[in-house]
Amino acid sequence: MPEWINISGIREKITDTSAEEVTLSHIDKIRNSRTYGFSAINEKAVEQAKEIDSRKTDSPLAGVPIAIKDNISTLGIPTTCSSKILEGYVPPYNAHVIERLVDAGAVILGKTKMDEFAMGSSTETCCEGPALNPWDTERVAGGSSGGSAAAVASGEAPVALGSDTGGSVRSPASFCGIVALKPTYGTVSRYGLIAYANSLEQIGPMGTCVKDVATVMDVIAGHDPRDSTSIKKDMNYSKSIEKDINGMKIGIPEEYLSDGINPEVQKCVWDAIHKMEDLGATWKSVSLPHTKYALSSYYIIAMSEASSNLARFDGTRYGLRAEGENWHVMASRTRAEGFGDEVKRRILLGTYALSAGYHDKYYLKALKVRTLVKGDFDRALSETDVLMGPTMPDIAFKLGEKIKDPLSLYLTDVNTVPVNLAGVPSISVPCGFADKMPVGLQIIGRHFDEESILRAAYSFEQNTDHHKKRPEGVR
Amino acid sequence: MAYNNPDGVMIGLEIHVQLNRLKTKMFCGCSTQYHNSQPNTHVCPVCMGLPGALPVINEGAVEASMKVGLALNCEVTDRTQFHRKNYYYPDLPKGYQVSQYDYPIVSNGKVVIEGEDGELVVRIRRAHMEEDPGKMVHMGTIDKSRGTLIDYNRSGMALLEIVTEPDLRSPKEARRFLDKLRNILEYLDVFDSNLEGSMRVDANISIGGGSRTEVKNISSHKGAERALIYEIMRQKNLLRRGGVVTMETRHFDEARGVTTSMRTKEEEHDYRYFPEPDLVPLKVKDRTSRLLDTLPELPDARRDRFVSQYGVPEMHAKALTSDIKVADFYEMVAEKVDPKVAATWVADVLKGELNYRDLTVKSFNVEDMVKIIQMVIDDRITDRSGVEVIRTMLDSGGIPMDIVQQKGLMKAEDSVVSSAVDEAIKENAAAVEDYMQGKEQSMNFLVGQVMKKTRGRADPQTVREMIISRIK
Repeated sequence: MPEWINISGIREKITDTSAEEVTLSHIDKIRNSRTYGFSAINEKAVEQAKEIDSRKTDSPLAGVPIAIKDNISTLGIPTTCSSKILEGYVPPYNAHVIERLVDAGAVILGKTKMDEFAMGSSTETCCEGPALNPWDTERVAGGSSGGSAAAVASGEAPVALGSDTGGSVRSPASFCGIVALKPTYGTVSRYGLIAYANSLEQIGPMGTCVKDVATVMDVIAGHDPRDSTSIKKDMNYSKSIEKDINGMKIGIPEEYLSDGINPEVQKCVWDAIHKMEDLGATWKSVSLPHTKYALSSYYIIAMSEASSNLARFDGTRYGLRAEGENWHVMASRTRAEGFGDEVKRRILLGTYALSAGYHDKYYLKALKVRTLVKGDFDRALSETDVLMGPTMPDIAFKLGEKIKDPLSLYLTDVNTVPVNLAGVPSISVPCGFADKMPVGLQIIGRHFDEESILRAAYSFEQNTDHHKKRPEGVR
Repeated sequence: MAYNNPDGVMIGLEIHVQLNRLKTKMFCGCSTQYHNSQPNTHVCPVCMGLPGALPVINEGAVEASMKVGLALNCEVTDRTQFHRKNYYYPDLPKGYQVSQYDYPIVSNGKVVIEGEDGELVVRIRRAHMEEDPGKMVHMGTIDKSRGTLIDYNRSGMALLEIVTEPDLRSPKEARRFLDKLRNILEYLDVFDSNLEGSMRVDANISIGGGSRTEVKNISSHKGAERALIYEIMRQKNLLRRGGVVTMETRHFDEARGVTTSMRTKEEEHDYRYFPEPDLVPLKVKDRTSRLLDTLPELPDARRDRFVSQYGVPEMHAKALTSDIKVADFYEMVAEKVDPKVAATWVADVLKGELNYRDLTVKSFNVEDMVKIIQMVIDDRITDRSGVEVIRTMLDSGGIPMDIVQQKGLMKAEDSVVSSAVDEAIKENAAAVEDYMQGKEQSMNFLVGQVMKKTRGRADPQTVREMIISRIK
């Protein structure tokens, strides 16, 4: 079976041929895609690659093509959040992460599909139709960063950026059999990331192996004065991964392996835990008792923030504008036509949760639960180094299977959202297959301890073969 | 005599002050100097509310707000936080305004003003920071507009909203409070009242313990007084006819001098406040002592100093310090001439003449004022002539000596000097010519001639100036 190409492979190939050649071959793959992960190709990608060739730079991502989720602002490249309401919007500025990638020599391949405004877990709410799962194109790629995951798993981009508000890089990574990291809140600047739920989300790297994810982290992480929630901390992610995990203490949250989890998924996760034991780690059972309230808390907070964040899309300054005899009619019609059902549902629920008379009952209570959930992680991680469990309760579901039943779709986020409430880092790595579909192992760490989870993920990856399996037809 | 407030008027004010002396806006690096610029030229992704842009707190705005709070005798909060105030309006680019809610930066202050019956303490409930929206411009008149344009240059300007308790008892007291507040803000150098829209007032008013109405967006102090006079009259008439005042928001129509209903309580917005997740709470209290040290002398303290240092009457001290530029002007004049006489001339005469012409003290210079006062002190012109010189200068320009000469305002003795000057010039055309060519000694010769003619009664410096002004 043909190989996925990782960053070091790309760099060798560039030495043999050129960055231009590498970019062209990826664009060719995108044009012949079976999974439709991309929503736009960067018209200047080849030009940028040529420029890299002429510069002969050896910066870490020199000539490496990268796919960008469509909620990350890219100067001169349409950025729509997969929503009709941002039709025609071309940002006049680059997000902080894009500036860093470009400085490091990366070539922006294009923009990838997502659930509209990152609201979803399957990329089915994308206004242009879903990205498909390369392992089975009748199944979803996961979401909301489904386009980025599909692109990487299909070999159309060696690495990609996604964003994770409640599991949005980990879910599609798990469903598509790739690696994705949700960094500690405050590690990667959100400047230029179009907000869904500001207090929860982080931009995260996605790739075919742990090392690539760490390499991209080295480039995009770091303090940015334009994001007030960005932390001053210097880290070297790729360097930290190689140390072994001898003596590492792993906690297994009992709530993450509840009856609701597909038994085959449970089996893969247990196999992984035993593998870690073979590698010198120890494990014990821990409890995150407030997990059962996390999902409701998460959705109330996320929808409340979203209801405010999305107020700016009123047809006045950019994007879609409907006709109307006055401003209020124009703005209402623009929003009625521009937003999809799921977005409208979340705006309405969030508006309700913040309204006078309900604010304390919903929003404030959700914040209190958030504090409790955070306490759960603090306690569990005070006696262990990392926590492990399944990223998703099941394998990728069939297209259309859950989209008509929002609640069942929300439930698929049960193991990923507590991490965002707590702000801790988490990585998803392939840990086996169930029903021929990939299964993801989630490794969660303490605040700013990406090192431990990257190291655990890397050791596991280097001592297993799951990440070497490729979807059929991937070149 | 105690003021018994016959109608039971209670007025509380909310004043939006643009911190327009800052260099940059509240949450971005855009310049605040947008007045007289093309629309939408002082904007960036942050103040335009573009998707993905994030706010960063302007520390200068935080400290300016704290200084205002300290000057208004407020307590500084330990921890301050920003909230989002959610509402839709075309001039509000994000669909919410970043403001403060339950953790305002300062609260519980007081300001003493001159009330109807002596000093009145007006309590300050709180002051909080927020951002200004953009500005809408109607194409053509508002009723026959072809459309509305939006200028976001103002968007994101730092505002401080100062809220008083309902301690004011008459429109006059409200206006005095506003004047005093403006004065304090200018002393602090955080605010320039001359810029358009720099201070906007919402006034809450009730009479006889009834429901209050809120009159929104009044743009001048005079407007506030007029709006309140109208609103008291309206509420009284309503009650007289057996009606009830309902809680509502009203708009002040400046041109017609009336208030009209905007919305009733049932139609009030639910702003759905929640903490701004893009900003982190600020610890500010530890800056208090440093900022206290940097506070300039404030109007009341300066007034007291004028009384003790210059021996001027309280009334003059108040008038002089009620505008920082006048106070600065006075102190420069007082350095050169008798401070008490100077106080009378600046506070009573100059200020009155300036007000009458809607001019500021910038229109007059210190040296001219000193010369006029000196002439009066030396008994060369009368008080009345001094006033006339000031009026003439304000209306048609010129320098004091010339005006005195042209209008024949000089007292008898001085007219001797004046004729001597004329004679000396006439008789010594050659010397005048030499001086015009740059021969400095010729001037000494001419002055000497005048001294001779007047037998030494003239002041050589004055003579010199007189000669120069007449031969040029």
